[in-house]
Amino acid sequence: MNTKGKVFKYPDNVDTDVIIPARYLNTSDAKELSKHCMEDIDRDYVNNVRPGDVMVAGWNFGCGSSREHAPLVIKTCGTGCVIAKSFARIFYRNAINIGLPILECPEAADGISAGDEVSVDFDTGIITDITTQKTYRAQPFPEFIQNIISAGGLLKSLKK
Amino acid sequence: MGMTMTQKILAAHAGLDSVEAGQLISASLDIVLGNDITTPVAVNEFKKAGFDGVFDKDRIAIVLDHFVPNKDIKAAEQSKQCREFACEHCVSHFYDVGKMGIEHALLPEQGIVTAGDCIIGADSHTCTYGALGAFSTGVGSTDMAAGMATGMAWFKVPAAIKFELTGKLPKNCSGKDVILTIIGKIGVDGALYKSMEFAGEGVASLSMDDRLCICNMAIEAGAKNGIFPVDDVTRAYMNGRTERKPVEYSADPDAVYEQVIKINLSEIVPTVSCPHLPENTKPATELSDIKVDQVVIGSCTNGRMEDMEAAYNILNGKKVADGVRCIIIPATMKIYRECIERGYITAFIDAGAVVSTPTCGPCLGGYMGILAEGERCIATTNRNFVGRMGHVKSEVYLASPATAASSALTGYITAPKEAEI
Repeated sequence: MNTKGKVFKYPDNVDTDVIIPARYLNTSDAKELSKHCMEDIDRDYVNNVRPGDVMVAGWNFGCGSSREHAPLVIKTCGTGCVIAKSFARIFYRNAINIGLPILECPEAADGISAGDEVSVDFDTGIITDITTQKTYRAQPFPEFIQNIISAGGLLKSLKK
Repeated sequence: MGMTMTQKILAAHAGLDSVEAGQLISASLDIVLGNDITTPVAVNEFKKAGFDGVFDKDRIAIVLDHFVPNKDIKAAEQSKQCREFACEHCVSHFYDVGKMGIEHALLPEQGIVTAGDCIIGADSHTCTYGALGAFSTGVGSTDMAAGMATGMAWFKVPAAIKFELTGKLPKNCSGKDVILTIIGKIGVDGALYKSMEFAGEGVASLSMDDRLCICNMAIEAGAKNGIFPVDDVTRAYMNGRTERKPVEYSADPDAVYEQVIKINLSEIVPTVSCPHLPENTKPATELSDIKVDQVVIGSCTNGRMEDMEAAYNILNGKKVADGVRCIIIPATMKIYRECIERGYITAFIDAGAVVSTPTCGPCLGGYMGILAEGERCIATTNRNFVGRMGHVKSEVYLASPATAASSALTGYITAPKEAEI
């Protein structure tokens, strides 16, 4: 599995309230919710993102609420992958459970700039910045988590 | 190698003699919790995966608290979906309008959670129940769905930070000032993936409401859970209340902690978190020129009886400053009723405050106190992120009930005086 696309860059501590504000949580419809993805931090994200594009952020991405709506809207609006220096633990768990690819890689988060073209290989954890010709290696997932991801999420892995 | 309190509870629920930090385990669950925002997503996933039934109807709690009484048609549809699922699967701990409370005040109050439990909840503040000596952590809706179906969840065993508490809190400070001080010290990811284990002789002086408040905000330091040892305060609280027998765990003397942080409770001062992160803390006395438009006293962090009492002691016989809207929300119906019996609600109304039935409403910018552009609120809630309580250009300052109530009287951020409490 892999993704290739343009980079959108965000700072440290991007919280779930800016990823999907609670005022919209009166529905669980992913398509409807995804119209508001990143609205309070980057109003243009939903208009500019193309399938496969990559979010690159700092420390503690996804901090705050347990709302699974957060990784869900990021995935639903076409984002191919989130690379961050670190993820808040519930977001990390939710992303794995719903099948949003995420990678922890502080070097890539520092080295990659907004607008760069990158490709990401999820199996090897290799991140290639095509614009700058630099490559980075993210920490691979433990086998237990890899199995959840390859089954297509937690519930599918339980049903196996 | 010795285990922390959290590690011991996890080992017992995984059927293992011992576990160590970093180990991936599958653990049995005593309670699986969801609310009116997260349960609909879990129900959709539960159905999509084709599960026939829940693992145990008595081990699931569904609490409608975020947008009830329903704020709009869509919210009503979500509540309806929860209601139908609870009815279909005969969920015993289903709490609707009239019986409900804010989940993290309600579950301990009703004795649904107890010491030694392993609990997941599709709400980040599920870490609250660590106050009772339980392992309790927030998860997402898919974990909730899997938990409801199988009674199990996977965990990475956390490493721990030990907070060694000494001394005794000054009268004008409470658990909220302790946890805000800690978050200010270690940062919003200072305990990322870890357990925050509270210990030391200072623990005994903290009330159960203080402990619930402290564990509630462990997530605001990024922690997986917060946990207190079980002592006489815990036992007195659980006695006659919990429906299952408490199991007491304690950390091994040689338990491994990544870090030990000493906190002298006697040195705590009224503390406020400034926008837009809970780690931006300052003593309340340094913020006396900050004017506020709104005050919110309530939430899963500070909507308990002692919080209402602190607000009453300050507001009784006084008037909320002109131009300030003061919203008080007792966290459960039981607390609401007790506020009526004690005369608090009359005093709040006479002071010029408004009192709502239990709801998470304003804390997450849902309803019942949304801020306009440029407005500022001091709240006893738990998050002050951008746009958390309304407009993206509004501001939330986090504080204790005593500090919030004192600020309501002056219209500026005001530290409570010891004599007033």
